[in-house]
Amino acid sequence: MNLQSIFGASAIALTFATGALAADQTILVQSTTSTANSGLYDHLLPLFHDTTGIQVNVVAVGTGQAIKNAQNCDGDVLLVHAKTAEEAFVDAGYGTLRTDLMYNDFVIVGPATDPADIGGMADVQAALSKIAATGGGFASRGDDSGTHKKELALWAEAGIDPTSASGDWYRETGSGMGATLNAGIGMGAYVMTDRATWISFGNKQDYVIQVEGDDALFNQYGVIPVNSAKCPSANIDAARIFADWLTSPAGQEAIASYRIDGQQLFFPNAPKS
Amino acid sequence: MQSIGEAFSVALHLVATGDADLFEIVLLSLHVSLSATLLAGLLGLPVGALVAVARFPGRGALLVVMNALMGLPPVVVGLLVYLYLSRSGPLGFLGLLYTPTAMIIAQTILIAPIIAALSRQVLEDLHAEYAEQFRSLCLSRRQTVLALLWDGRYSLLTVGLAGFGRAVAEVGAVIIVGGNIDHLTRVMTTAIALETSKGNLALALALGLLLLVIALGVNAAVQTLRMSARRQAYV
Repeated sequence: MNLQSIFGASAIALTFATGALAADQTILVQSTTSTANSGLYDHLLPLFHDTTGIQVNVVAVGTGQAIKNAQNCDGDVLLVHAKTAEEAFVDAGYGTLRTDLMYNDFVIVGPATDPADIGGMADVQAALSKIAATGGGFASRGDDSGTHKKELALWAEAGIDPTSASGDWYRETGSGMGATLNAGIGMGAYVMTDRATWISFGNKQDYVIQVEGDDALFNQYGVIPVNSAKCPSANIDAARIFADWLTSPAGQEAIASYRIDGQQLFFPNAPKS
Repeated sequence: MQSIGEAFSVALHLVATGDADLFEIVLLSLHVSLSATLLAGLLGLPVGALVAVARFPGRGALLVVMNALMGLPPVVVGLLVYLYLSRSGPLGFLGLLYTPTAMIIAQTILIAPIIAALSRQVLEDLHAEYAEQFRSLCLSRRQTVLALLWDGRYSLLTVGLAGFGRAVAEVGAVIIVGGNIDHLTRVMTTAIALETSKGNLALALALGLLLLVIALGVNAAVQTLRMSARRQAYV
């Protein structure tokens, strides 16, 4: 019960942890949630591991938090979907090269009763205007994630400031995509979500896709290895191997082959080298 | 509401099929939270015992602070530990972020005040009862503390269980410093949060049921220990 035993115990704990970290062919990906929650990594990572022997660990958080974590050097690769923020990340010197990886699209889901009557609309701005006009209820991520940034941009293009109705018909959950879907479905509000998360989501209840197909709903994912000049501790070689594999024909094919109930979730579009 | 009935069958199925991933998650939960409870005991019990027997200026204020720290929000603890252990933080060179050790550190900080504050109360009451006897035996402060810790050991076990309960049930701290990485830092509570966010409510609830069973198991084990120790001492 003296200081020595306390330090002894801490030292044992620390030795144990550094031992576990010694395996150098491990990289950490700071990722957006949709790629993890939809099961894409469970499909890709075993293939990558078989090819290269590199173990990939994934921390799945919102795009905003993923970028901040990577800026703190707490990751080797950044895989998110907010092109402007990603380019700012590279411009600030935190990453070396951003590559387009794949895309899918955003959809607006709502209750089957469709109180704002937007079902089947292909013009997302008109649909948002209608939701705002009828006060139909809209649950926003409100967490600076890629989806949230996209949603705010769409409102701005529609000339609406939804935050003035915050707490009224516009509800900012400040949570991840899944938690926001759970909340939105719980209160009968419309939610904008990426299609991959929606297809793999298990608590749809009576919700269906109401708006889809507008070009403005395009959702581009990018991959960026961190800059080893900023983050000397990063496992940069393995990080580059991972990014190169994802954008290679083999990686792109693996992305295209991931399906749930026969539906393709992500569409590879890395530039062909 | 069909989720609740479904949760029971999912939980039974997980246990019956001996799901390997589940087993790994349960073991890590126990490893992290039991380690944190042990470390928090090593830190918290001496502090609690000292404050219980010592009289010094500012003691009243210290008691208020100790008791208030029992309400430390897990997310805040997680954030503080993250800032220290992040590669860009002062302890970043240790490379501990996103490891079980980081989770143990966060939970230790979270529950050490609980163990210190509760053991202080237990030992102070005990001390009031024994104070005259200790004086007549001319015990030093060190001897007094050791005698109190020994005599109060069964009550202190309950204090430890309170700490363990808090640790094993929290999600805010471990999800930030552990990152909920599959096969590395995923524990019961972060798995529950993940399945909830995937909309797999029945599975999330099933994991919650199993977490309850685990807590029950740990408490039953301690209870057995107590009973079999056939104590005569103060309870």
